Amino acid sequence: MRRAAQRSPGVYALLTLVVLVSLFPLYWSFVGASRDNAAISKVPPTLVPGGNLLHNLKTAFTDFDMRLALFNSFTVSTIVTISVVLTSTMAGFAFAKLRFKGRNGLLIVVIATMMVPTQLGIIPLYIMMANWFHLAGSIWSLILPAATSAFGVFFMRQYLVTALPVELLDAGRVDGCSTLQLYWHQVLPVARPAMAVLGMLTFLATWNDFFWPLVAMNPQNPTVQVALSAFAGGYVTDYSLVLTGALISTLPMLVVFAAMGRQILDGITQGALKG
Amino acid sequence: MTALLERPSAVKRPPRAPGVKAGKRAPYGFIAPFFVVFGIFGLFPLVYTAYVSLTGWRADQPGSEHSLVGFDNYAKLLHDQFFWNALKNTVGIGILATVPQLLLALGVAHLLNYRVRGRTFFRMGVLLPNITSVAAVTIIFTQLFGRDFGLINWVLGLFGVHHIEWQAGTASSWIAIATIVTWRWTGYNALIYLASMQAIPFELYESAALDGASKWRQFWSVTVPLLRPTILFTIVVSTIGNLQLFGEPLLFSNSQSPTNGGSQHQFQTLAVYTYDQFWQKFKYGYGAAISWALFLVIVIMVGLALTLSRRLRGVSDE
Repeated sequence: MRRAAQRSPGVYALLTLVVLVSLFPLYWSFVGASRDNAAISKVPPTLVPGGNLLHNLKTAFTDFDMRLALFNSFTVSTIVTISVVLTSTMAGFAFAKLRFKGRNGLLIVVIATMMVPTQLGIIPLYIMMANWFHLAGSIWSLILPAATSAFGVFFMRQYLVTALPVELLDAGRVDGCSTLQLYWHQVLPVARPAMAVLGMLTFLATWNDFFWPLVAMNPQNPTVQVALSAFAGGYVTDYSLVLTGALISTLPMLVVFAAMGRQILDGITQGALKG
Repeated sequence: MTALLERPSAVKRPPRAPGVKAGKRAPYGFIAPFFVVFGIFGLFPLVYTAYVSLTGWRADQPGSEHSLVGFDNYAKLLHDQFFWNALKNTVGIGILATVPQLLLALGVAHLLNYRVRGRTFFRMGVLLPNITSVAAVTIIFTQLFGRDFGLINWVLGLFGVHHIEWQAGTASSWIAIATIVTWRWTGYNALIYLASMQAIPFELYESAALDGASKWRQFWSVTVPLLRPTILFTIVVSTIGNLQLFGEPLLFSNSQSPTNGGSQHQFQTLAVYTYDQFWQKFKYGYGAAISWALFLVIVIMVGLALTLSRRLRGVSDE
């Protein structure tokens, strides 16, 4: 398959087409956000950006409180990411390298929970958050359930099984390290690349999450995605403004992707994401 | 299930390292943070939702949370035309969003596997849709699918197709929603396939070529069979995801009551119907029963998909 002779122009053409299709909707939201509603409702459609972007951004931030939404999303995503990376690395280390009773059984429990669909937890979680903990509407209703991840534990375990040599740990033991010291001085440095990938995936997933935040939060105290759905849900009929909202919500992720997308890519293509 | 879900990796894993000795309690200390949070917010809700589904709990009727009704909610489901309708939509859209997507992903992976310049650029390009949110993407696509000013209808118009009101029809709304899902996930699955493709030894293709196998034949007789474990993995993951579609059908609806999933409920999925009953109609017990039914549907469909893909392989081998 991987032969130099196969550098045919057809392959380039098709690949370029695929990338264009992948980029186009995002480009389109940029075009829409930089124009006004009248320009969007034109036939034939305009395909180049206009000069209305700043005006639309201003409206989105003043008429609709996108600042609060962005702040909430950033806070939730950051806390969840730190928590998931730390707890997953700890548990992943234990499952990969520590001997203890019930290790295999508990690991199977972790894997089994990855199969359970999220929608099954929506109603009971809401009852718990609203009636018992009185946290509905607060960002803690988003942070607490997401603070750990079965996928994260399994992911880190899979990575550490091969990446962390037992000899290293044994040597640390000889030097008199406690398990916590082993974790700090030997596990964390080795785990860093996988922690970066898991961190990015967690941040993206939390930022983009929709179903549970829609239930748990409200339009007065929304995340970006909840605010966006309110935008689109008939409050605004101005499409250029709606597309501006979509653009605002996507931009931070594009920045993350531009900065660290390479690592996600490597994570997927090198099989580090043994789901 | 475990073996199935471990994504096949290129490198054979060395025999499991025995691990180091630790104090009796230390290992449990390391797994405790995960299991405590998971127990409260992961495991308990599952048990609790089963209980809720056996009650006549309605948020608008105080005291109703204590009314145990046994399996009444489930019995009611069997006679609920909207449940069956949502089930049909869920399975229909689910298939439409999964099968073409995975076939496309195979094709894209094949293209990415050529030795091309700018490999990283192309790979990043196909992954990009995956980092965008359901809400943003659905909003953008809903505009693109607009009846009067949507770009898609305009392009179709160039080929003489009359303007389609995508939300109005069953087939058209299913296609539109499946398109949104396909756009977001094809690249991700292509990269997973690519990882496995790169592990296939080149000699296999050489000997196939010596036997006179065409490129097309090589693809189906060498690449696809060797990708089997990976393909099964993506089928399971995609099926689970695509049977739970929620944000796409909800935000695609342009009506005042989006939880209806269209004027004739033509694209109301089970996840949307759950939300409708629980959130709009305050029926906690009934909503919980629907979400258990959806869970059952997912288990059945994953089983079916796996059986079917095994069958297909047996046929193509002959």
